[in-house]
Amino acid sequence: MKINYCDALVIGGGLAGLRAAVATQKKGLSTIVLSLVPVKRSHSAAAQGGMQASLGNAKMSDGDNEDLHFADTVKGSDWGCDQEVARMFVTTAPKAIRELASWGVPWSRVKAGTHEAVINAKKTTITEDEDRHGLITSRDFGGTKKWRTCYTADATGHTMLFGVANEALKHDVDIRDRKEAISIIHENGRCFGAVVRDLITGELEAYVAKGTCIATGGYGRIFKQTTNAVICEGIGAAIALETGVATLSNMEAVQFHPTPIVPSGILLTEGCRGDGGVLRDVDGHRFMPDYEPEKKELASRDVVSRRMIEHIRNGKGVPSPYGFHVWLDISILGREHIERNLRDVQEICQIFNGIDPADEGPKGWAPVLPMQHYSMGGIRTKPTGESTRLSGLFACGEAACWDMHGFNRLGGNSVSETVVAGMIIGNYFADYCLANDVTIPTSTIQRFVDEQDQYLNEILAYNGKEDIFKIKNRMKALMDEKVGIFRTGGPLAEAVEELKELLQKTKHITVKSKERAGNPELEEAYRVPKMLKIALCVAKGARDRTESRGAHYREDFLKRDDANWMKRTLCTWPNKDDIEPTLEYADLDIMKMEMPPAFRGYGAKGMIIENELSATRQNEVDSIREKMEAEGKDRFEIQEALMHFDLPMNYKEKNERAGDK
Amino acid sequence: MSTQKGREITIRVLKFNPRSKVSKPHYVEYKLEETPGMTLFIALTYIRENLDADLSFDFVCRAGICGSCGMVVNGKPTLACRTLIANYPDGVLTLLPMPAFELIKDLSVNTGKWMDGMSKRVESWIISDHQVDISKLEDRIDPDVANDTFELDRCIECGICVASCGTMLMRPNFVGPVGLNRVARFEIDPHDKRTADDFYELIGDDDGIFGCMSLMACEDHCPKHLPLQNKIAYLRRKLVALR
Ligand SMILES: Cc1cc2nc3c(=O)[nH]c(=O)nc-3n(C[C@H](O)[C@H](O)[C@H](O)COP(=O)(O)OP(=O)(O)OC[C@H]3O[C@@H](n4cnc5c(N)ncnc54)[C@H](O)[C@@H]3O)c2cc1C
Ligand code: SF4
Ligand code: FES
Repeated sequence: MKINYCDALVIGGGLAGLRAAVATQKKGLSTIVLSLVPVKRSHSAAAQGGMQASLGNAKMSDGDNEDLHFADTVKGSDWGCDQEVARMFVTTAPKAIRELASWGVPWSRVKAGTHEAVINAKKTTITEDEDRHGLITSRDFGGTKKWRTCYTADATGHTMLFGVANEALKHDVDIRDRKEAISIIHENGRCFGAVVRDLITGELEAYVAKGTCIATGGYGRIFKQTTNAVICEGIGAAIALETGVATLSNMEAVQFHPTPIVPSGILLTEGCRGDGGVLRDVDGHRFMPDYEPEKKELASRDVVSRRMIEHIRNGKGVPSPYGFHVWLDISILGREHIERNLRDVQEICQIFNGIDPADEGPKGWAPVLPMQHYSMGGIRTKPTGESTRLSGLFACGEAACWDMHGFNRLGGNSVSETVVAGMIIGNYFADYCLANDVTIPTSTIQRFVDEQDQYLNEILAYNGKEDIFKIKNRMKALMDEKVGIFRTGGPLAEAVEELKELLQKTKHITVKSKERAGNPELEEAYRVPKMLKIALCVAKGARDRTESRGAHYREDFLKRDDANWMKRTLCTWPNKDDIEPTLEYADLDIMKMEMPPAFRGYGAKGMIIENELSATRQNEVDSIREKMEAEGKDRFEIQEALMHFDLPMNYKEKNERAGDK
Repeated sequence: MSTQKGREITIRVLKFNPRSKVSKPHYVEYKLEETPGMTLFIALTYIRENLDADLSFDFVCRAGICGSCGMVVNGKPTLACRTLIANYPDGVLTLLPMPAFELIKDLSVNTGKWMDGMSKRVESWIISDHQVDISKLEDRIDPDVANDTFELDRCIECGICVASCGTMLMRPNFVGPVGLNRVARFEIDPHDKRTADDFYELIGDDDGIFGCMSLMACEDHCPKHLPLQNKIAYLRRKLVALR
């Protein structure tokens, strides 16, 4: 048995994992990062739009600060988030982006003078001041009060990821790719590393460390239609679940995006609609005004997604070999506008669909359909990033649920979260590794490796009629059909039952090639059961949550129910032979919130079943604020009085801004 | 998009498992029906799920962003996920793994290992002794300079330029167009305080900037349209002036 020892083990080399690894390595800990693929190919590379940080440099972001970013994030979450974590996040985000700048991320900068922008489909001239020239600029994104999303043209994730990965190489972080963690090594409530399969040689190895941090990204690939990379299968979360000790949280909170292109699922940016593009049905009819006369195509992401599906259900979808879709028409913006402002969208349409969206009439329409986009749920942790139940196991990034997105995350807050979490959690994680030793006997490690070794042999010996690819594709279709954008008790219950059957069927397959290395079918055979467990957490969580909150939309329970559901869902898998997860709930404490639950600001009013504590806490908040303002206290002192939060390093220091008085 | 039946296409793949004692390189032909908008990602996934579960290849983003899926399609190195079957009028596509990289199996090659080596060799990170206080305003960078840096930072390390490069065939230690582009990128980034002399130390030999024969294939094939030849010529002029 090969055992690799290190101080800090990071599973996952996307933005979150790599940034955390830099933190531990800088504190003198030997750090290993494992990844399925070369780390610069991680899903993080695909983020286009940008990263939120309240720098307040550009004209349209002047006056921005942590308080506004905090309020937007909490509202966006539909009050499902942990407000302490949201505060930690907004305070660190400006520091994260400035650090990235110094690591060479070529952020787009403010240029003094006038430039044109399209705001509400109207041309507007903006004048940038001379004294802001050369500072990091930002663009507009949904759900934010100021233009807060910083970017590098349309390749923000790529430049960020390369910046952080190169910094990790510079600090000699030991990065090992084509290595897949397939089980967590733990004993007596403490985690000591992972059993890892080398994806080239097929060999099993143990990686043993003082602390382990999972940063394996989201689980979008349990759905058929998704914008996610093909490696976003949720294996990292699944192996945490399979410990039987660690918990996953809010797995039913899944975000859908309205306009990925069909069939590839590649995203066409929200900017298409922002600039005035429209959605059309099978008859070429623009249907959004029929449903949302006020905001039309510019209603919020979840609303537009729901209306599109509703319209398809009403028989107005366009048939295709890949199912029904609707059209996105941007040709009405004119060729000049498209070739200047939507160059990327044009390229995607041309390459993947052979369509030039600037062509007028039906010829230029792009087929689009709402698809899974982001996983709000993940491995449940404390604000320090450590699992609430399994000590020594940390998690950060999309794989984790320290819970700053609640039930809906805002665009631009995710890549921002990855680096911020990497900084904060990376430091708490490092402190843990510095304070603790490896105390696990070699025989225990051997037992974990042997268990996986036997499991792989068992799979190769299966002799049944089922086909693992068919099981996987059925799961994906089922998740789209019954656990998608619209959810109802009946279909959700059916989904849970069928997923359980599928999980059992994974033992009745036959893997044709018996090779342990270079055998893609074997890989499916051990991954799909893990994916099915994640899918079961999502489906069962959705079945039992009888309210609508953020992206979780129940047609049979249309209201957000603060009276009964100010709770986060916790999933465990206590016994290996269970065929479904065990669900528990943990309360969100309204009396500790800086911003008690209220109306989110769009959709119809009166769609909330109020919790009586919300008003009580609001009165308390108002009176503290009033009193302190009268005493001449500043916003930082007031914030501290309303809700205390901690941060490691010097991350709590005030962020300087060009507009500071 | 119509629902008519598509034409039959043929995908020929060079299969070989270098880790197996019995495997020999051989072509396997798969026939399948074309669907509208079908890319090589869709076709190869279909083949694996329905015709040959043993076929190895690499995709991650399937959107032309991550650089995983470089392979040689009818003689040209290209990103398979961006390769539309409809662009091949006779419906026959022959796929080979990219040369110049270690073969893992079938169409899968180890570009990551090569790129990590390249990154370390050219010290592909900011070098500066300027201490940054991240609570204070960031350094000002001219917007045009930031944009120029970005234009070179767009390289996705797919390795297509390396697989297209004539020098690579003769000099396995050649740093490749991708490595030279990296140097050019840090050379113009104001955060990086290295001098031309420092860069000369890294690439001032025939395995570096003086090895390039200017055949241009790198630039012709680069899916991100990076101005490789221009930048290589610029670096060469700059570094040759030092000695
Ligand atoms: C198309 C698209 C556009 C987006 N645009 C934006 C945007 O503009 N702004 C924004 O804020 N967010 C955006 N997002 C979301 C954002 O990109 C992701 O949430 C974020 O990058 C996730 O980063 P991560 O580090 O948590 O995980 P990832 O980048 O997904 O990295 C996961 C890592 O884990 C590794 N891994 C996985 N499983 C294992 C295992 N079992 N063993 C070993 N390693 C493993 C992988 O190899 C990889 O290195 C977008 C998402 C999509 C899909
Ligand atoms: S320079 Fe172009 S071809 Fe070469 S690795 Fe980068 S993106 Fe690929
Ligand atoms: S799969 Fe990412 S570039 Fe092709």
